[in-house]
Order: sequence, then structure tokens, then C-alpha cells
Amino acid sequence: MNVAFLYTLVGVGLFCLGLYALIVQAHLLRKILAFNIMGSGIFLVLVALAKRSGNAIPDPVPHAMVITGIVVAVSATALALTLILKLTTETGKAELPDEGGE
Amino acid sequence: MEALSLLQWSFDGLLGLSLLWLAWQALVCTDLFKAVVLFIAFGLLMALTWVRLAAPDIALAEAAIGAGLTGALLLSALARSRVIQANGESLLNVPLAARKLQFRWLVAIILLIVAAGLGYAVLGLPPEAAGLSTEVAANLTLSGVGNPVTAVLLNFRAYDTLLEMAVLLLALLAVWSLGGLPQREAVTDPVLDSLVRLLIPVLILVSAYLLWVGADAPGGAFQAGSVLSAAGVLLLLAGWRLPLRLAQRPLRFALVAGTGTFIAIAVLTLISTGRLLEYPPAQAGTLILILEAVATISIGVTLAALFQGASPVHKEKQ
Repeated sequence: MNVAFLYTLVGVGLFCLGLYALIVQAHLLRKILAFNIMGSGIFLVLVALAKRSGNAIPDPVPHAMVITGIVVAVSATALALTLILKLTTETGKAELPDEGGE
Repeated sequence: MEALSLLQWSFDGLLGLSLLWLAWQALVCTDLFKAVVLFIAFGLLMALTWVRLAAPDIALAEAAIGAGLTGALLLSALARSRVIQANGESLLNVPLAARKLQFRWLVAIILLIVAAGLGYAVLGLPPEAAGLSTEVAANLTLSGVGNPVTAVLLNFRAYDTLLEMAVLLLALLAVWSLGGLPQREAVTDPVLDSLVRLLIPVLILVSAYLLWVGADAPGGAFQAGSVLSAAGVLLLLAGWRLPLRLAQRPLRFALVAGTGTFIAIAVLTLISTGRLLEYPPAQAGTLILILEAVATISIGVTLAALFQGASPVHKEKQ
């Protein structure tokens, strides 16, 4: 067990916390937070596993992938927030209707 | 030596626990504003974690984008939802009745099993693995830059970055095509005004520095672009709007310049070397600098435009 595996486990924990909130919470803004935290967990797993090189420089390929991922995540978040605001303006609610549309 | 390693272990342990605790609090606390603030704090701790994992390039990007810009977007969405409802009560902040999930505990148990499975899987991985770092190090001299992360982003896997620029553009097009959003009323705050006057030149300078230094040290187009977008967000918050004569073609040109230059260079390399985005080693450094400079401007303008929401032209028509 070294530092890389400690942070890998934290990443797994963050992913599962985010997934739990994504399923359980109805509020859409909360779902966006959950999704971002899931993403952070995945990034943490990728980068922590790249640190297994010991004292040498870590693997730069996952680093580059995570930087790309952070920028994609923020643009997806911006789009999702705009959709939520539109939905809230239309329906007055910040949640999706239950299936079956009562 | 032993004491130092104990100190490091306790630091790493505390950092990991704080990350999990902040994430949990951000996901369950009843006040949405508090949740967003906790999420921003979570982003800052993530930046610290990247430094601990010897990933300063990601730390810079996370501090500027993950904590900074995402936080600004979330806070601005909360503020806008107040404008949507006339009486000032934020619709987004109305606490919803917790969804009637009788099977909430079942979800928790299944996810505990998933967590245990994932944990078991990652702990089974070999404790030492070089990954692709030896290949990257072997080819670094041919890449035209000295920073391995920049070499991967702009040379070895430039294709990813090309597609990512397209994703950014696509996200902005989607936001614009959704039409206008309620705008925040412009605040006239003398403190904010003078702060903006002081900070904008500094931010532009920092952005240019990050772009230049990214060739050999942590930094690069994404970090520089996000610092530039922070300048744009500050200007927008202070009530500055793009003059109409700049809002049409010049703005669109700035938005597509990054993707356009990328595609142009991809086509040129395809014709001259026969492979997509494979630069001749002698010109690689120059090509990467050109790409990064244009990409920085496009990323900065696109992210600031995402913060603004509606297309400036659309707003004028209303």
C-alpha cells in the first residue's frame, strides 16, 4: 500500500458517493454536483495510478487525458445548467417529471 | 526520515478524508448555496491533491476551471434562478421533498458492493507500473517541447485536443441555440470596478506567461485559456458587455479560430507527412506554439461566452 493506492481508493469512494447522490437526489442542480464529483473521482483514479512510477516522473498520458476531461466537464456543466434554467422557467420545477407523467 | 514519512501519511490521509467529507456534505446538505460553496472548496482541495500526486499541470487547470469557473457557473445559475421568479425567492433553492425512494437503502447497499469491487480491482493492480512514461520520455526530444504533458496534449495525442476544442465549440453552440436567459441586473460597485481595472492586465499577463512557459514547465493552452476566461468572467460581472461591432464576426472568428487552426494544421501535416497531426520534428516547436496561442484565445473566449450564456447578438434583438 502506497500513496498512489490511498488516493485511488479515495477516487473510488468519490465515484460511488457521486453515483449514490445522482440516483437518490431529485434536484437537478444536485445531480450536476453529483456528476462532477463522480468525474473528479475518475480523474483521481487515473492520476493516482499514473503515480505508480515510484520516484520517477509519473506517466504524463493520463495527466493529459485528465486536463482534457476537466475542460470537457466544465463545458458540459455549463450546458446542463442552461438546460436546467430553461426547464425551471418552463415548468417551475428543478426536477424531472416522474415517468408516466401524472 | 520515519517521522517525515509519518507526517506525509497523516497529511495524505487527512486530505483524502476531507475530500470525501466535503463531497458528501456538498451532496446532502439542504441549502443549495452552501452545497455550491462546499463544492468549490472541494475543487480547491482537489487542486492540492493533484500537487501531492506530482501533477502540477492538472493542479493549475483544476484551480482555474474545476474550482473557479465551475463555481462561478453554479453561483451564476443560482443568481439567475432568482431573476426567474419575481418575488426574489430562488426556484432552484426550494428544497424538494426527498424523493420517495423506499429502496434508498438498497441503492446504498448495491453501491457499497460496487465500491468494494472497484477497490478490490484497483488494489489488485501491480504496485509499480511505468505506463507510457518511458515511451514519452524517449520521444520527448522529437516533440518540440520539454514538458511531457504538453508534448502529449499537443503532439503525441493532438487528435484528442482537436476533438476537445470541437466539444467546447459544440457546447457553446448548444447553449446559444437554447436562446436567452434572464440576465443578472448589472451591479455598479466601485470596489469591483477598481479591482477589475487592476486585475485584468495582470490576468492577461499571467495567461501569456502560462502559455509561454507551458513548453518546458507546468502550464499550457488550457491553463492559459482558463485564466483568460477568468478575466472575461470578471469583466462580465462588472457589467462590461462586448461592443456590438465586435459581437458579430470578430467574436465568432475568435471562437472558431482554435478548432480552425487545428484542422488547418492537421490537413497540412496530412498532405506533407501523410499522417494526421504528425509534425516534422524541426518545426514541431513552432507549430505547437502557434496552435497553443490560438487555442488559448479560443478557449478563453468560449469559456467566458459559456458563462455569459446567451449569444450577445440574441440579446440585442430582444
